[in-house]
Amino acid sequence: MDNHSENHTQHSHGYGVYVLVWLALMALTGITVAVAGINFGRITVATALTIASIKTYLVLTIFMHLRTESKTFRVFVGVALLFLIISFVLLFTDYSFIVRN
Amino acid sequence: MSVQHTAAAHIHRDDVASRMGMWLFLFTELLLFGGMFILYSVYRFTHPEDFHLAAKELNTVIGTFNTAILLTSSLTMALSIAAIQRKQKTLSIIFQLLTIVLALGFMVNKYFEWGAKFHHGIYPGSETLLSKPSGEILFFGLYYVMTGLHGLHVIIGVVIIAFMTVFTMRDVITHDNYVKLESAGLYWHLVDIIWIFLFPLFYLIT
Repeated sequence: MDNHSENHTQHSHGYGVYVLVWLALMALTGITVAVAGINFGRITVATALTIASIKTYLVLTIFMHLRTESKTFRVFVGVALLFLIISFVLLFTDYSFIVRN
Repeated sequence: MSVQHTAAAHIHRDDVASRMGMWLFLFTELLLFGGMFILYSVYRFTHPEDFHLAAKELNTVIGTFNTAILLTSSLTMALSIAAIQRKQKTLSIIFQLLTIVLALGFMVNKYFEWGAKFHHGIYPGSETLLSKPSGEILFFGLYYVMTGLHGLHVIIGVVIIAFMTVFTMRDVITHDNYVKLESAGLYWHLVDIIWIFLFPLFYLIT
């Protein structure tokens, strides 16, 4: 009985972990708003995107249970994100080159 | 005897496959929004000043408030799954209802926000908007399409979570069979992630 109930249920985080992640997400939102007021010039966008990526990492690993999922899931998501990033990088290496010349 | 018993009691269900199916669907969502983010990046790259000017028209306070609401709704969604795993059915239902209330709150804010824009004559195809430089027209075009599509996802999420609440009440979703609720949660968190990127890109360009 224990054996196949394991197939249907997962190990889960406690309530406290979720609340902690929520607090971190709220704090990061505060930081991103505060930082937006300061002019970092060209790295302003990079800062905002870095904070957004940290928030996304927290949501993916804890809220979406990737930390307790099997390795297959993590590889899946990693590959999907990698290809999205590749399409952005390729576009920009191409696009910024065309515009400047 | 125990073998027979196990065979008879075995439930033909594959929760891992169900979750994987949900993730595959989420990847298609990633492509949909990813394409729009690429479009946004290119137009922002070609019209930086116009994008800065247009972004000043957006209400950062409402945007920040809505971000907080959506993040909190993600928390209540995660908690509702944790509650059902611990056989706390009523608590899970309360968390699901809270998620719906927060999502509706998000949409109410969105309604006021869009309403104020419309009031100032800024909506797709309006004379005020068309008299602005092309970069600002592009910014607001992207703003309405991307936040609009995100809003549509929020509404779909509310409907899905409402179904989950009914399923939980009727014991279709139980402490050892909650994969439906979990898939709904995965969808809801993705909607949250998309907003995590929409918010700084549209509201915080100063």
